[in-house]
Amino acid sequence: MSRAALLVLADGRFPAGGHAHSGGAEPAVAAGRIKDAATLERFCRGRLHTAGLVAAALAAAAAAGCDPLLLDDAADARTPVPALRQVARRLGRQMMRAARATWPDPALDALAAARPRGAHQPVVLGLAARSAGLAPLDAAYAVAYESISGPATATVRLLSLDPFDATAVLAHLAADVDLVARQAAAAAERVATEGIDALPAASAPLLDITAQAHAAWPVRLFAS
Amino acid sequence: MTLALPPRAVRPPAPAPPSAGLHATARIVARADAAGATRLPVLDGDGPLALRRIRAGAGQARVCVVSAMSAPLGGDRLALEATAEAGTALHVTAAAATVALPGRTGETATYDVRLTVGEGARLDWLPEPLISARGSDLRMTTTVELAPTARLVLREEQVLGRSGEETGALRSRLIVRRAGRTLLDQETAYGPGGPGWDTSAVLDGNRALGQLLVVGPEFEDGPAEVRLLGGAPEGQPGDGPGQGVLAPLAGPGALATAVAPDALRLRRLLDEAARAVTG
Repeated sequence: MSRAALLVLADGRFPAGGHAHSGGAEPAVAAGRIKDAATLERFCRGRLHTAGLVAAALAAAAAAGCDPLLLDDAADARTPVPALRQVARRLGRQMMRAARATWPDPALDALAAARPRGAHQPVVLGLAARSAGLAPLDAAYAVAYESISGPATATVRLLSLDPFDATAVLAHLAADVDLVARQAAAAAERVATEGIDALPAASAPLLDITAQAHAAWPVRLFAS
Repeated sequence: MTLALPPRAVRPPAPAPPSAGLHATARIVARADAAGATRLPVLDGDGPLALRRIRAGAGQARVCVVSAMSAPLGGDRLALEATAEAGTALHVTAAAATVALPGRTGETATYDVRLTVGEGARLDWLPEPLISARGSDLRMTTTVELAPTARLVLREEQVLGRSGEETGALRSRLIVRRAGRTLLDQETAYGPGGPGWDTSAVLDGNRALGQLLVVGPEFEDGPAEVRLLGGAPEGQPGDGPGQGVLAPLAGPGALATAVAPDALRLRRLLDEAARAVTG
């Protein structure tokens, strides 16, 4: 395996469309729940241990070779609001285009054919990681990190937060990212013996509620 | 000169004591009789879970779960199983909120609810809130198996701490399967040991949260409409009415998710969702 492939996959400039999404930061800023670096860090910690953990485990399971269609169904069951299911599929479709161009693999082609409107993004990312020769833990890291780097980057734009402060938030959460990535990879490993229910299903009620509300905003900076 | 002390006797580790708590499984079975009325051939309370049949409307059986003592306490292993067999209508409520309390040993308590709804049957599962008292540690699981034509109305409410109290540790998982496929899988982990729960992404200081799930074949014809609950979309301070959303699941069902400062305001939001979805 090439460790550099992980840097390519996790690079914010990887052309998979993530920059257009705030991961719930836009409604949180509007509601005053994120107003500075300290409140951004709390928000990110919450997102990482809920939506981030679930997504990281789906990616790790896909990278481990679990059936991506089963994982896509599991992602639906763990995403109770349509706004977030649509976002996950739209991002999945963009990730698929980028991944097929970067690491061509019949497994990616098969998933693209089975889910022409897009599979959930973490499933596609996990499969892309597998195509790139990466390990399940690598895929979990990429997704866990992305679950906080998205809101942090968006908050720089939404609040004119100092980019140094936003980056410091990500650095403060490094141990939490380690923990979540390891939990996700361990859960993915248990799928082989315990079935898909071994994957975590941690929910964040406010992320769900505010994502659905945000989708109806007439004017917004970010798609989600 | 040093005094040689006799080596300390190495005591073998004590065998794990049997769980100090209660083990109890209560069971309800609803069955249709020859005339199509719903009967309750099994209505077995156990330990702290006492079951009372209450007067019901036409064709429906009603059961009220009455807590006969304080439970669950740390170390308790409680289970409640209800089956609505084909063609029945079963409505289950509770007499009072369930309060998870600490036990003497600090052990985790478990409470497993297993619900099965057969073809053409309807189950209304409407218990009172689960309150996590300070120092308690409860792991709750709710597993629902639905036949393709089954209908379900399920409410789940959690309150983190009694009035003015810190919460205990409360982990809860809800898995709903329909025709063998998982329709919904949601896990919450609050209180000590649950990283990230007390943040603006998850609860933002709210102490009551709940879900109302409605599943039925009618949603295959048209999904539920999205509705924001509480009439206050954003920016409410912690003393506001709370907020929630009612939205269609990927499969034939609708789920309302709500958070509020307290149980009363939470119930208002879920009642609003119930009116919207059941008409």
